[in-house]
Amino acid sequence: MATVAEAATRNAALLPRPWRVVAASRESHDVVTLELESAAGETSAWQPGQFNMLYAFGIGEVPISFSGGDPRRLRHSIREVGTVSRALAGLVPGTLAGVRGPYGSAWPLDAARGGDVVIAAGGIGLAPLKPLVERICAERNDFGSVSLLYGARTPVDRLFGACLADWRAQGIDVAETVDHADAGWTGQVGVVTTLVRRARFDPATTRAFLCGPEIMMRFTALELERAGLAPTAIALSMERNMQCALGWCGHCQLGPWFVCLDGPVFDWPRMRELMMVRGL
Amino acid sequence: MLDPSAYELGVTDLDRLLALLADDGYNCLGPTVRDGAIVYAAIASTADLPRGWTDEQAPGHYRLRRRGDDALFGYNVGPQAWKQFLFPPRERVWQMSIDGQAFVPAPDVDAATRHAFIGVRACELAAIGVQDRVFGGRPFHDDAYLARRAGAFVVAVNCVEAGGTCFCADMGTGPAVEAGHDIALTEVLGGDAHRFLALAGSERGAALLERLGCGPAAADLASRAAAGIEHARTSMGRRLDTAGLPALLARSLDSPHWETVAERCLACANCTAVCPTCFCSSVEDTADLDGGLATRWRQWDSCFNPGFSYLHGGEVRRSTAARYRQWLTHKLGTWHDQFGSSGCVGCGRCISWCPVGIDITAEATGLRERDAHKAERPAAAART
Ligand SMILES: Cc1cc2nc3c(=O)[nH]c(=O)nc-3n(C[C@H](O)[C@H](O)[C@H](O)COP(=O)(O)OP(=O)(O)OC[C@H]3O[C@@H](n4cnc5c(N)ncnc54)[C@H](O)[C@@H]3O)c2cc1C
Ligand code: SF4
Ligand code: SF4
Repeated sequence: MATVAEAATRNAALLPRPWRVVAASRESHDVVTLELESAAGETSAWQPGQFNMLYAFGIGEVPISFSGGDPRRLRHSIREVGTVSRALAGLVPGTLAGVRGPYGSAWPLDAARGGDVVIAAGGIGLAPLKPLVERICAERNDFGSVSLLYGARTPVDRLFGACLADWRAQGIDVAETVDHADAGWTGQVGVVTTLVRRARFDPATTRAFLCGPEIMMRFTALELERAGLAPTAIALSMERNMQCALGWCGHCQLGPWFVCLDGPVFDWPRMRELMMVRGL
Repeated sequence: MLDPSAYELGVTDLDRLLALLADDGYNCLGPTVRDGAIVYAAIASTADLPRGWTDEQAPGHYRLRRRGDDALFGYNVGPQAWKQFLFPPRERVWQMSIDGQAFVPAPDVDAATRHAFIGVRACELAAIGVQDRVFGGRPFHDDAYLARRAGAFVVAVNCVEAGGTCFCADMGTGPAVEAGHDIALTEVLGGDAHRFLALAGSERGAALLERLGCGPAAADLASRAAAGIEHARTSMGRRLDTAGLPALLARSLDSPHWETVAERCLACANCTAVCPTCFCSSVEDTADLDGGLATRWRQWDSCFNPGFSYLHGGEVRRSTAARYRQWLTHKLGTWHDQFGSSGCVGCGRCISWCPVGIDITAEATGLRERDAHKAERPAAAART
């Protein structure tokens, strides 16, 4: 029987590799985390911030960030918004998903060592930041004060609740807000930006990492600038339509950048002007 | 070192050249007349070429006309580019089935066909060079493209007349064929003579010319060929001032000019379909009825198409103004950042084939005028 490795001659870069779903867990009403292991004994040297193209057999392929795991066991947290993401989220243990990657740039974590850290996440944007927080927890003494500012639409949309509690216990300052409260919510209501003002950090040594809707990242970055952070100390993860993740399909262009090759993680100076223009 | 010999070919020699290429296993493709346009198709001999035809081009206008002579290459570029053979409009990228815990790919469909491109113009060679950088000049290489490209034999033709929408001279891509070809021809008609000056551009081109065994070019042939190219250079139908264009576009993202273009632009995507450098594509995944066999297709896409910039929740570029801005800013501006050259080679196709005659050179000029106006205004305000 021919295996993928033997027959991949044409456009080898576009051929998904088989990874087995070993666990699937529901994080919320519309987010599922898949755990994948290579069916061909492969490993993946991924870094927090990078992403894979995940393929639901016969249905389609979409970019999904790493939300945790290690080189042998990959975690991806998928929000069900359309045909492909729903098919992926519906995969049951034992079945195969196609994987291409890892692609894109990583969070510049090393630059943050020795200083304070602000992490701001909106919605599913917490998923790409989760492995970053996990790295920080594992090397907690390398960092000063670490604030995680997390905004969800409503309390039922909150993700990784157990992780949040865990991170608090490990000395991460977790502040949460929701756009719309429900009867049981006693916490903060409002946008993530308001949490920036309450966070404690020394702007001179702070590195910030943002992921969420574009408007949330724009306002948060501006707020952090106002608080005294150098624009180069702010990193954010951008999203665009991606058909190949190889720099060929043209869909992910944003000004001069290809989000798949140059991003998805960019520093704020490269995005600042572009994000002020509508419909770019 | 490459053989610098200049050979003199007649029409029958050109036929022999085509025959030699066919013998060597090349599929010869060249300009032919079909449905009132010059399009690229399989050719067996010079009889298949558009003998005695020329094209008349202007914004939104393309028409074939009879010439008064028997020129074989007496026209400029038609609606098609060579791109279609190197980067097919729709292509099966892979096909596979699942067998237990493995993906089993089906064998490749097309065993690499080796094409010989006959009659490639300087701007088209430049466009092929641009796509070589897109598919082979960055971290990820498109093996299928590169295999087709490596197999292609290029017989280029120098332009001795410029078309009504040509501006290669301003883009630095023509009209003289300079690099990337195997053989360069210049057609020279005069009196009863119908001659071609032939020069090698590669070792395999030199080898083929040697096999052809033609004599050296007569002294007047080279000078008449050079004069023809010079005539083309000085009679470009369009001009584009490229000075500082990337910076100009980068600071024009908010220009009111985009709305002015959008009032006319139909977002029909003709311009991107005819452009020899446009490389955008999208993929489509399909499966047979029982879901056991899956196929991925790749097809040309356009930044003008609805859905091109689709993200969950809607399109990023909803308006025609935003789409036209993306196309023009990319072509003439950000392409430099990405690939080290302009994305426009000055072939004029997008001008001729735009149904409403939108002219990329005129729009760039319009943006430049608005920009100059914007720069003047604060100064004027300061004076008062
Ligand atoms: C770098 C990156 C990282 C990401 N990480 C995550 C993550 O960790 N978790 C997560 O949940 N999401 C993530 N996303 C978002 C995720 O990729 C999208 O939610 C997903 O592509 C939606 O696919 P879908 O088929 O489910 O939805 P749909 O909205 O149906 O879109 C599917 C795809 O089909 C195409 N498409 C759909 N409609 C049209 C149309 N009208 N015209 C043309 N094409 C169309 C688009 O190419 C689209 O990508 C990430 C995105 C990027 C770019
Ligand atoms: S510029 Fe012309 S060809 Fe291009 S999309 Fe607009 S109308 Fe169509
Ligand atoms: S932008 Fe227009 S003139 Fe320039 S290469 Fe493309 S089709 Fe030709």
